[in-house]
Amino acid sequence: MKKYTTIICALFLSFSLTSLAQQTPAPKQSETISIEGATAHLGNGKIIENSLIMFEDGILTFVGSATQKIARKGTLINGKNKHVYPGFIAPSKALGLIEVNAVRASNDQDEIGEIIPHVRSLIAYNAESKLVESMRPNGVLIGQITPNGGRISGTSSIVQFDAWNWEDAAIKVDDGIHLNWPTTFRKGKWWLGESKGFLPNKKYNKQVDEVISFIRNSIAYGKNIAKEINPAFSAFQGVLNGSQKLYVYANGEKEIIDAITKLKKENIVEVVLVGGYEAHKTSSLLKDNKIPVLVQFTHNLPFFEDDDYDLPYKLPKILVDAGLLVGIQNGAASNFQTRNLPFYAGQAVGQGLDKEIALQLISGNTAKILGIDAMYGTIAVGKSATLFISSGDALDMRTNQLSHAFIDGRNISLETHQTELWKRYMKKYNGK
Amino acid sequence: MKFLGLCLLWCSSTLFAQDYFPENEGVKATNKNFTAFTNAKIYITPEEVIQNGTLLIQNGKVIKSGTSISIPTNSVIIDLKGKSIYPSFIDIYSTFGVEQPKKSPSTRRAAQYNPSREGFYWNDHIMPENSANTKFKFDAKKAKELVDVGFGVVNSHIQDGIVRGTGILVALNSTDNDARRILDDQSAQYLSFSKSVQKKQAYPTSLMGSMALLRQMYSDAKWYSQGNATTKDQSLEALLKNKTKVQIFEAKDKDNALRADKIGDAYGIQYTILGGGNEYENIEDIKATNATYILPINFPDAYDVSNPYQAKYVTLRDMRNWNQAPSNPKILAENGVLFSLTTHTLKSPSLFKKKLAKAIKHGLSKTAALKALTTTPAEILGKSNIIGSLKTGRQANFLITSGDLFDTNTTLYENWVQGRKNVINDITLNDIRGTYDLDIGGLIYELKIKGNPSKPSAELKQDTTKFKVKITHTNNWLTLSFAEHKENKQYRMTGITHSNTNTISGKLVLPNGKESAFKAIKIVNYKDSKEENKGANTSNLTIVPITFPNVGYGFNSKPKKETTLFKNATVWTGENEGILENTDVLIKDGKISKIGKNLNFKGVKTIDATGKHLTAGIIDEHTHIAAVAINEAGHNSTAEVKMEDVVDSEDINIYYNLAGGVTSAQLLHGSANPIGGRSAILKLKWGETADKLIYNNSPKFIKFALGENVKQSNWQSFSRFPQTRMGVEQVFMNYFQRGKEYDALKKSGQPYRYDEEMEVIAEILNGERFISCHSYVQSEINMLMKVADKFDFTVNTFTHILEGYKVADKMKEHGVGASTFSDWWAYKYEVNDAIPYNAAIMQSQGITVAINSDDAEMSRRLNQEAGKTVKYGGMTELEAWKMVTINPAKLLHIDHRVGSIKEGKDADIVLWNDNPLSVYAKAEKTIIEGVTYFDLQTDLQYRKAIQKERNLLIGLMLQEKAGGAKTQEPKQTKKEHHHCDSL
Repeated sequence: MKKYTTIICALFLSFSLTSLAQQTPAPKQSETISIEGATAHLGNGKIIENSLIMFEDGILTFVGSATQKIARKGTLINGKNKHVYPGFIAPSKALGLIEVNAVRASNDQDEIGEIIPHVRSLIAYNAESKLVESMRPNGVLIGQITPNGGRISGTSSIVQFDAWNWEDAAIKVDDGIHLNWPTTFRKGKWWLGESKGFLPNKKYNKQVDEVISFIRNSIAYGKNIAKEINPAFSAFQGVLNGSQKLYVYANGEKEIIDAITKLKKENIVEVVLVGGYEAHKTSSLLKDNKIPVLVQFTHNLPFFEDDDYDLPYKLPKILVDAGLLVGIQNGAASNFQTRNLPFYAGQAVGQGLDKEIALQLISGNTAKILGIDAMYGTIAVGKSATLFISSGDALDMRTNQLSHAFIDGRNISLETHQTELWKRYMKKYNGK
Repeated sequence: MKFLGLCLLWCSSTLFAQDYFPENEGVKATNKNFTAFTNAKIYITPEEVIQNGTLLIQNGKVIKSGTSISIPTNSVIIDLKGKSIYPSFIDIYSTFGVEQPKKSPSTRRAAQYNPSREGFYWNDHIMPENSANTKFKFDAKKAKELVDVGFGVVNSHIQDGIVRGTGILVALNSTDNDARRILDDQSAQYLSFSKSVQKKQAYPTSLMGSMALLRQMYSDAKWYSQGNATTKDQSLEALLKNKTKVQIFEAKDKDNALRADKIGDAYGIQYTILGGGNEYENIEDIKATNATYILPINFPDAYDVSNPYQAKYVTLRDMRNWNQAPSNPKILAENGVLFSLTTHTLKSPSLFKKKLAKAIKHGLSKTAALKALTTTPAEILGKSNIIGSLKTGRQANFLITSGDLFDTNTTLYENWVQGRKNVINDITLNDIRGTYDLDIGGLIYELKIKGNPSKPSAELKQDTTKFKVKITHTNNWLTLSFAEHKENKQYRMTGITHSNTNTISGKLVLPNGKESAFKAIKIVNYKDSKEENKGANTSNLTIVPITFPNVGYGFNSKPKKETTLFKNATVWTGENEGILENTDVLIKDGKISKIGKNLNFKGVKTIDATGKHLTAGIIDEHTHIAAVAINEAGHNSTAEVKMEDVVDSEDINIYYNLAGGVTSAQLLHGSANPIGGRSAILKLKWGETADKLIYNNSPKFIKFALGENVKQSNWQSFSRFPQTRMGVEQVFMNYFQRGKEYDALKKSGQPYRYDEEMEVIAEILNGERFISCHSYVQSEINMLMKVADKFDFTVNTFTHILEGYKVADKMKEHGVGASTFSDWWAYKYEVNDAIPYNAAIMQSQGITVAINSDDAEMSRRLNQEAGKTVKYGGMTELEAWKMVTINPAKLLHIDHRVGSIKEGKDADIVLWNDNPLSVYAKAEKTIIEGVTYFDLQTDLQYRKAIQKERNLLIGLMLQEKAGGAKTQEPKQTKKEHHHCDSL
């Protein structure tokens, strides 16, 4: 511990203390980097003790054991007693779309309209957000920037967290459309005399009908394109032809069954379930239909008073045990919380989930679910060198301590607005 | 039914004359005749019952009742052989005839802080000057609804506001006028915790605000009565005038009943309390109030749980309430709690009989039920001399029934009010039920008449052919009609019936219009097939047991202190000893008794803690769980309110916190105002009642707040001072200066107006109460310390304190502690510079630092939040752990009792399966004062028990639905989770 503190302090002092602006994006990787001796957590469930990892031009060129006799190229980083992880991925998140919750002027996450798939998050993504940069010292390096609200909130894009602008940041443009499935219960309008808490939603069937009707209209629209553009129908064509995924937000058992059954009937190819508080009650349906789940984050309270106190903690494990492809998202949490993504996975470990599998829920699995696994999510030869080095177990807050992070091989800054303030004031006190 | 309009029949005598009124529409005449009801079973009181008695009335009053009454010659005699007479019912929680205030439409954009009245109390919701009498207009239609179910007198009032003024005691006499039926035009004073729907003054916005307001009002009234006021206050004058009347408090809930009673006790007032129907859940404390109760019997309908996806929304808590609530009157009666019953909250009085029958089915004795409807309400109002019984001199308000009033098969014939007869069911109606041979033109049909004598139903068959038959029997005229299937040929019959019903005959109209005659000869006497109602028989009812608290995960019985030896644990002492490996800890009599190696005690429960970690219980300096209200936002200073008044001991979050190793917490007021309310420091003793959660000899704390919330920056509010940080300082300066002056005046021995708010401010100035101040940016933090310096006291704690790291040196110098979030930021403009290194920086400057939650989710894993300080700023694990144990204990001045593992301290300890700072750690046992409140193994058992009990209750509800009972749609009565900003 002591040793670590010295390293970190030295590291901080080597950076400029004057700037309070956002971190400057790192330049393109110019020289090969080799990390030797670390425990490599590959993000696919596997682990390599005493590993050797090399990357060049942003691409991993070697991932294997350090005992292998092979030339170490470029800059060598000693990874002894350290751990290497793939950059964590935060799906379904409005990062960069809102800076300060209470300041309306900084809020770009929820556009007017119920069904607005044509509304695109990417162009509003603030690559210079102070919030986004605060993700990096915890290992969260990639996010799916997702609009909120309404029935169909809009179209997301996937970005990496070290960029000059949104074009720079984009990993996958317009990757998916986000559908908030209607709920069978709704919150009581207590100010109109209804009870607080939840009441049956009498409009549920009608609302489901509206969704299905929209899909059918989009299908009809797609069959005859020679007419005036309908932005919503037009924006939905990607989902219909399978080039975009449809993220369906549903938590209740009935809602999940309805959503999966009805969307399947409309031949929607790529469906991802988001939320899934009761996904464990429908796991065979989800498995049969090969529906992956971006399960709600573990740092949640039980929704029903009679539920197990630890249901949110163990839900990811239950779904993994049921044979589903699972990732963790914290869409419902405040943006700043997303840096706790590794600890959400860690919480599931406390419930008996294997650590390497837990890691997959925020790396390899998520990349697969988002469709960026060709390049991201795991540490493998040929993939992007988007990874970081931690002095300890990155899933535990006690030991998540980053010394290096790389996005596409670029050695990014681990400084933030927050670390700079820390150093500024420690200097003030120590300088006295 | 066509005779409905005639149901209200009255005596043939002339109206009761008002003696001294001139008469111009005829000649003046008086009726001094008596009416004697003879040979009846008479309930003179519920406990004084006479057989073959006589009730003698005259001029609307009971002259005599008993067995050997000499009947004056000028008496009209009514023979009631086989019938019973009961006193009519009394409902003392009624709105009968009194116009109720309507919600006034909101026209103002901003909240109204000042009163709208002149010459009255400063708070619009205090209206003791109101009188139901001024809003009263006799409502004959409503009166009939009440009379039909047996009520004779009601005490009606205006159900609006915190103090509601006086009620009006009215006999439901539709014949005479107000001169006779109003028995008291200033009867009882009514109070509640609810604001007026008509008045818009913001204060109070919360339950604890209502409580504080009532306390202040009572002390102001005393002060006023001593002639200290220089101005006239019509409200206080009315309050003083109403002082001698019975005070009826609308609590509507078991906890509110205790809250009301406590206020009453402080001012020498014993309220009569309107209950909520859940009093049975805490019968001991309810009994201890010594209050008389008024109980609604609007027992919940079963939830429609036929759809399992909907059923899951109904909590076990609510299912149990459906199952247990009908036992409420019985349990109160059995515990000697005096109560009356009311129709209050029933959609219609017509439901009263059914609900009452349910209470009786659930074990309420008939005598207790009758008392609750007659003598008790009369006693509550102090009117036993005129109503509630059939003793001499009482109002002639009584019921005539066919038998036992509470048997479902009994017919209520008449309800006499003030000597005026109201017919509910015709007493002279012949009982024609039975089986007859009906002769129609020589063809014999079998006619079976059954059901209610006044609304009979009939079956008709000829051979094996059945006919649909319509039957009515009113005023002893029978009509019958039926149609022959094939050609829809209509047969119609009508005839008068006689008391001897062996034969009924009359006119028959044939399908072709020709008239003929019919004759029916009784062949079988009627016999009620239904099992006789034998009164209380609860053996076939399934009633699930109450738990502590009465929700899922409640204890079957309150857990007890145990002597326990933990062997071979890794002990995080939180003291200079640091972390001790392979160490034993003995807890005994609720205290940490011994710490050492290889301890051995015989006959002691021993727990092998090898590989496990034993720590002190976590202490959350800033929580908003376990409260029914958080913010009193009606004023910019609310030092008068107390969180101790609004502790909710049934919040499931208490259990969640225990499962996360939390044993103590400071329940803080919210941050709606610069000077908030007083704190409640709690031990999370799940299953105990609210008062027992509060620390004994609790250190005194108050919440202060700075910044955006108190400026009301983040919502549409522009009228309340302060709107800037500049104004916030002035609020403090003003209040502390006034507090100082108040204290000086008080200490001088001169008369002064007791001001609860100023008392609290003076406590702060005198160092008797500590401030925990919600704070964000450095300017305001610095400001409050300077204000405190000016008034010569020390701020105890800055909570949140997100920019504390910028002024850590100044904080150290002032001597204030800090309680902060581990890593929260970016939710408001003022947390732009909040950094997760804050705790470490402040700690490095020698400040006592705690990590708190302010959040129901985070509070149950504060151990992890402490773990984050290792990551952010490189705290040692030992120091990190102190941030959620001994450090908050120090900030709360309870570190001599809790916060570390030290011999002699309270045995508030947690056994973890791993390093408690780790995300992987799980609390296995959480113990407070030697009592295990959370245990991982027990929790597993509760999960199974909950499933089992839900299943049982769902089955019972389905049965009830199948039996045709009314159901309600499933809903989830979810509680809101509070934060500082919660209103």
